[in-house]
Amino acid sequence: MLKRNLKLAMGALLITGALAGCGNSDSTAKETGENKKEETAQSYSGTLTAAGSTALQPLAEEAANEFMQKYPDVSITVQGGGSGTGVNQVAAGAVQIGNSDVPSAEKIEDKTKAGELVDNKVAGIAFALVVNKDVKVESLTAQQIQDIFSGKVKNWKEVGGNDEKINVINRPASSGTRATFEKTLMKGVKVNDSIGTVQDSNGAVEQAIKSTPGAISYVAMSYLVGDKANALTTLKIDGAEPTVENIKAQKYPFWSYEYMVTKGEAQDAVKGFIDFVKSEEFAAKVKEMGYIPISELE
Amino acid sequence: MKGKKPINYWKSEYIGRMLVTFCGFLIVFATLAIIVFICSKGIQSFTQSHISLKEMLFSKQWAPNDSAHPKYGAVIFIVGSTLVSIGAVLLSAPIAIALAVFINYIWPEFGTKVLKPVLELLIGIPSVVYGFLGVTLLVPMLRDSFGGVGFSLIAGIIVLSIMILPTIASIAADAIGAVPHAYLEASYGLGSTRWQAISRVIVPAARKGILTGVVLGLARAFGEALAVQMVIGNTVKLPSGLYSPTATLTGILTMDMSNTLNGTAWNNALWTLAMILLLISFFFILIVRAIGQRGGK
Amino acid sequence: MKARTVDAIWTGILYAISFLVVVLLGFFIVTIILRGWGFWDPQFLFGNPSNTQAGGGIGPQLFNSLYMLVLTLLISVPLGLGAGIYLAEYAKQGKLLSFIRLCIEAMASLPSIVVGLFGLLVFVTLTGWGYTLIGGALAITILNLPGLTRVCENAILDVPYSVKEASLGLGATRWQTLVRVVLPAALPQIITGVILAAGRIFGEAAALIYTAGLTTPFLNASADLSSKLNPFNMFRPAETLTVHIWKLNSEGIVPDAKLIAAKSAAILIVMVLLFNIAARLISVLLQRYFTGSKGRKKRNANKIAV
Repeated sequence: MLKRNLKLAMGALLITGALAGCGNSDSTAKETGENKKEETAQSYSGTLTAAGSTALQPLAEEAANEFMQKYPDVSITVQGGGSGTGVNQVAAGAVQIGNSDVPSAEKIEDKTKAGELVDNKVAGIAFALVVNKDVKVESLTAQQIQDIFSGKVKNWKEVGGNDEKINVINRPASSGTRATFEKTLMKGVKVNDSIGTVQDSNGAVEQAIKSTPGAISYVAMSYLVGDKANALTTLKIDGAEPTVENIKAQKYPFWSYEYMVTKGEAQDAVKGFIDFVKSEEFAAKVKEMGYIPISELE
Repeated sequence: MKGKKPINYWKSEYIGRMLVTFCGFLIVFATLAIIVFICSKGIQSFTQSHISLKEMLFSKQWAPNDSAHPKYGAVIFIVGSTLVSIGAVLLSAPIAIALAVFINYIWPEFGTKVLKPVLELLIGIPSVVYGFLGVTLLVPMLRDSFGGVGFSLIAGIIVLSIMILPTIASIAADAIGAVPHAYLEASYGLGSTRWQAISRVIVPAARKGILTGVVLGLARAFGEALAVQMVIGNTVKLPSGLYSPTATLTGILTMDMSNTLNGTAWNNALWTLAMILLLISFFFILIVRAIGQRGGK
Repeated sequence: MKARTVDAIWTGILYAISFLVVVLLGFFIVTIILRGWGFWDPQFLFGNPSNTQAGGGIGPQLFNSLYMLVLTLLISVPLGLGAGIYLAEYAKQGKLLSFIRLCIEAMASLPSIVVGLFGLLVFVTLTGWGYTLIGGALAITILNLPGLTRVCENAILDVPYSVKEASLGLGATRWQTLVRVVLPAALPQIITGVILAAGRIFGEAAALIYTAGLTTPFLNASADLSSKLNPFNMFRPAETLTVHIWKLNSEGIVPDAKLIAAKSAAILIVMVLLFNIAARLISVLLQRYFTGSKGRKKRNANKIAV
């Protein structure tokens, strides 16, 4: 009896699978809006998946939700997985959009493949140096930051704080946040990986900074929303606060673009979605979520 | 299967046998497929990216992000994984054996009704939750009592030891339970106390099974990823002591695998680390087999 | 007498260790549940998550976890049962059997992250499915199968040989004996094993992050089955509750991320508790139902599947 039931269930499962499989194969983003209603100039349909950067994921998810409300025929899935996964999958054709913190060309070694990929800048993201509440320093110069993360300076009193050991917390060597940190602030000075600890994510960094006296690290501003902003102290860099104005005036260096990478030029629903993320219409939400609208950067 | 004709008997017999044989061989196939896939990715760092095997296995320098002189030495991660696993077993095994003895000889009623369900629940707690408890309770406690940052080798050892306790305890309990009761009676007859009988007769008699449990616990500790990564600190250096942070194979995999691109030397090197992890866990299985065969039963 | 004192001291130590372990578990459970106090709120349990505002629920994640569990069991139980039967009844001693056992042990010792990476290579990229529920279910099947196989094999081996002999003596074939006599007798043990495995499937995260993905589309039960929005479509991405906890703690930007994670953890613990209680109850009930060789089975029914 049990065996027979199981067989039935398995059978049902296979049928479901087959059906779903069929549905899947033709549900790429290729369909154009033309064969749908002709009444609006712009109408999109199809299924598309974006995967990659965890830093961009919240924004992409929110954009996907609003885009799907506007165009109910479109179904967008947003996955995390890291910038590398995003570029890998878009290069392999497994997803239509690869979210990345860095231009795909910087990640890909095989230059022939890199040529196929198009990096679309969709937003800016600012990062902030953050310290534990007990650290009495308000601003650091680029030079001091380099000294701290390369291990030259080990005590807060050397940079104007109280007598307390500096506990450096880094992100993993492969993370996009770390790459931006090295590019914009370390400028060729090597981060010393044998000091301090490494935490995998914004959340883990936040947790570690909050509980470790004398800790310093860096997180995305988009992560520092709500009560998280009050739990940590944000440092000024060379006296400049991480604001859009300072970034535009080139006073605050620690920021980067976020990219939606496509294989070939974006078309149809994919283009529609990327344009939506960059649009004036969505800009307020971008700002609210702690990112910088692309319109303000160009 | 309601058929009465003899021919149906044979049909069902034949088909049933085919089905279950298929299931048995599917496991073999799946295992081999995993080994082949991981290893074919893992050797790419030697065939494609021309990293030397010697560097991988004997160098302490790990800096794949150094664009001018990338370095791919895995020693720190192998040592880190080994230390944290062995530490966890050293802490966990005595407790597990004590539990096994307790379940079988001291208070079997409490053992089966309370301790075994408790151990099953301990297995059931997701490793993410263990990691979370580790970060919010254990790490601050360690920092306050011993200084440093709290994220450390010992934090990893403690979290892991709790996670592998049920594995070792249940296998040890079965092994101790399998020791013939006559052994106990014989040593009572010789005038020994319960503790003398347990420590000198029962536990030694069950040592093969206990050792198997310990090695399986070690294997499990080696492969655990998320919880350890959350508390060990992930600093790429050899630990200078129990309270110093270090990195493990699984930790570096969880952190960097998803951020690197297929085909790059960095990504290939990570797959090689996954392959090393796989080979180490096979090595443990072979040890377990060797234990089973020595003085075979 | 000195030996007596030593005996008393060690007995005391054993008592202390055993009670400490129980206290430790109690402490964990109480801590987790207290932190997630209020997790039973239906709005939280069945509501949709929010990306930006506090007060979101975990409905889709909870559903995904349960659906993933059902799918995984549907795949792994028949396979584990088949393999268990093969090993217990049909496999002949020798090199081949020894090799199969080696494979099972090797599979059991696979680190879950390695399985996740294998799943990423095969179920996500090679098949072109992308992140899917079924990919996740297959990955956990790999993790789960060796344990289930062992449970089934042991359960079948524990059925007294005299029972089989009687059935074979009456002219039944080996297969008929198996299906009508041996399996029913082994059922309580198998079901206990399966339910305990279910608890672990529920808690798996590392392998799922790479196979089933980190997000869930907006589920809509009225959508076409082939649509990624249909909750029952196996070829859609599915974030389970455990993965959700991991994600909230690492990148959650919702203001109440920590609280949602704590509540989700409390739910996971409660589910694991329920699974264990259910396993025990069902095993006792079936035992009564099938009666028969009580004493012998009872001991093994409580075995922990490792």
